[in-house]
Amino acid sequence: MAADAGVFASFLAAATTLAVPLALAGLGEVVSERAGVINIGLEGSMIWGALGAALAALAAGPYAGLAGGAAAGAAAALVFGAFAVRLNANQIIAGTAVTIGSLGFTGAVFQSRFGATGLALELETVSPWKLPLLSELPLLGPVLFNRAPTFYAACALAPLLWWLLFRTKWGLALRAVGESPDAAHAAGLRVVRTRMLAVLFAGLMAGLAGAHLCLVHTGTFSENMSAGKGFMAVAVVVLGRWNPPGVLAAACFFGAAEALQFVLQATDADLPYPLFLALPYVLSLAALAGWFGRSRAPASLALPWPRLPGTP
Amino acid sequence: MAALEATRMAQTARLTGRTGRMLRSAGQPVLAFAATLAVAAALLALGGHSPAGAFAALVQGAFGSWNRFVSFTLVQATPLLLAGLAVAWAFRAGAWNIGAEGQLHAGALAGVALAVSWPEAGAPALLAATFLAAAAGGAAWALIPIAMKTRLGVGEVITTLLMNFVALFLAQFLVQGPLRESRGVFNMTDEIPAAAQLPPLIPGTRLHVGFLVGLLIAGGLWAYLSRTPGGFRVRVAGASPRAAAASGRIDPARVVLRAFLASGAVAGLAGWIQVAGVTKRMYEGLSPGWGYTAIAVALLGRLHPGAIVISAVAFGALGAGGGAMQREAGIPAAWVRGTEALLVLALLAVDRGFRRTSGAGFGSAGRRGG
Repeated sequence: MAADAGVFASFLAAATTLAVPLALAGLGEVVSERAGVINIGLEGSMIWGALGAALAALAAGPYAGLAGGAAAGAAAALVFGAFAVRLNANQIIAGTAVTIGSLGFTGAVFQSRFGATGLALELETVSPWKLPLLSELPLLGPVLFNRAPTFYAACALAPLLWWLLFRTKWGLALRAVGESPDAAHAAGLRVVRTRMLAVLFAGLMAGLAGAHLCLVHTGTFSENMSAGKGFMAVAVVVLGRWNPPGVLAAACFFGAAEALQFVLQATDADLPYPLFLALPYVLSLAALAGWFGRSRAPASLALPWPRLPGTP
Repeated sequence: MAALEATRMAQTARLTGRTGRMLRSAGQPVLAFAATLAVAAALLALGGHSPAGAFAALVQGAFGSWNRFVSFTLVQATPLLLAGLAVAWAFRAGAWNIGAEGQLHAGALAGVALAVSWPEAGAPALLAATFLAAAAGGAAWALIPIAMKTRLGVGEVITTLLMNFVALFLAQFLVQGPLRESRGVFNMTDEIPAAAQLPPLIPGTRLHVGFLVGLLIAGGLWAYLSRTPGGFRVRVAGASPRAAAASGRIDPARVVLRAFLASGAVAGLAGWIQVAGVTKRMYEGLSPGWGYTAIAVALLGRLHPGAIVISAVAFGALGAGGGAMQREAGIPAAWVRGTEALLVLALLAVDRGFRRTSGAGFGSAGRRGG
């Protein structure tokens, strides 16, 4: 029994560690999508966040790393926003371009800084914050209350963002911009500025998610280390039905799916690990197919604004 | 009098009619290309490299000799051409196929699986069968996202992206396990039988018949889109699904479904042709992201099959030249990927101007998301 409890605790720890980047990026993206902007460039923000975190952490320690990651993610989102919001370009294409470019340029920067062979970079990780008393609880205490700040940030932001989005004037304005930018504009709201800020917030959160990959999860940077997590975060928003607590729950579900491979690999070394790596993506697809019918995207999601004459 | 003369001259000089439109729409990509070169040069200088040295190495690597052009640039252009046509086919129908990467892996896997398990077959039969298998594999990979879109209303952008990762891991699994080479040393398949391999197109070079297949598909797609009722339906459904439905003669969901499956099939061919023409085996990491670069290829070609041929060769040159840049100027090839993205962004920026005058830019065509 004790062994089972140990396995469960380590599974839970792995699942939550893997869920945090999805949750952080997803919580940012939910704000952006509520404002009517879908950002496939989230993957790009995440890889810039990881590289920014690594460079800042080398220069000034792990907490500077977290800040550097968030800033780098926001900077990538600024490029996306300049095209998708300011220039009113197609959001899907702009996002894809930002992602491709980010994967390329982060690789170029990393190679020119650390050499083409990419010798394993060792970074000081962010030490966990041990909450007094709560972390002493049996079994769950150390797993839930002795964690890195990124974990607490994800947990705290889900209810906070829900409150901001659905219970404040600020949230109402943001959602109005995502549902009907024309009406929002007529009511005196600044559509482009709101969308731009929402996109920057999503980039900042995705950058923080990248920093988590670097400074909490792995303690190193490698090229392409975001490995599709930014795309998964966009899927998590759909599965969470554009609602922050739902996004957190969906992220935990995929964290658990990813963590499953560690448990199963520990029990049987012969299992084909690529199939387990594919599992979260397959589950995402299955969940999208099963759940989507009961929810509705913001009405003006992915639509450019202002609409120009002659556009659909 | 002088004023009248000037007006007349201006009128003559102004680009009008069909030729003018073509020149204008060719001017945009050229402008974008120039802007990209300028930004890339600035970034290279910022990164401590010599832009002049980089471009010299790139041009030398891509166009330095007839053999370099044919054996490197055109060989690299082949998968980009096919995948670019695939992407354009779906985009023209108004569906965002971001999944060419996964579809080309599925096609390559289907072709390889058939080729290595049927070594006794003769050349014509095996060639035909593997091409069909690859097209079917790619189409099957496209079927799941498009069925989810038309039946369940789930946006295809996310689902095609997710399918890409499933395909990559499936390829990894197959080359490590069921399709692993019989020697069992490396994670790759056995060499495909000679009957399934594509013959060279120009003897003495590495260029294979696959490039010709790409050109034929480009010609066919052009004729289909511009000269047939089916192609007309694709264009209408892509330009305005509502207008298509309101006409009562076009079922946009059906048109989009077919175009999307065709798009997947062509992407599947791109993967298999690379294996049959160049690598002769399937292994992990067959594609360095051609499925994504294909989006840039299709956009640079303004979704026009003929122009996509030119844009695929341009991107092939970037790929071939990028390798030379790394070897000779010591600049990481990752720069080339970054530059490709800059080009797409530059196209988006100039396309905006185009849209304002004509209202037909593809930058405005998308209305689908999550």
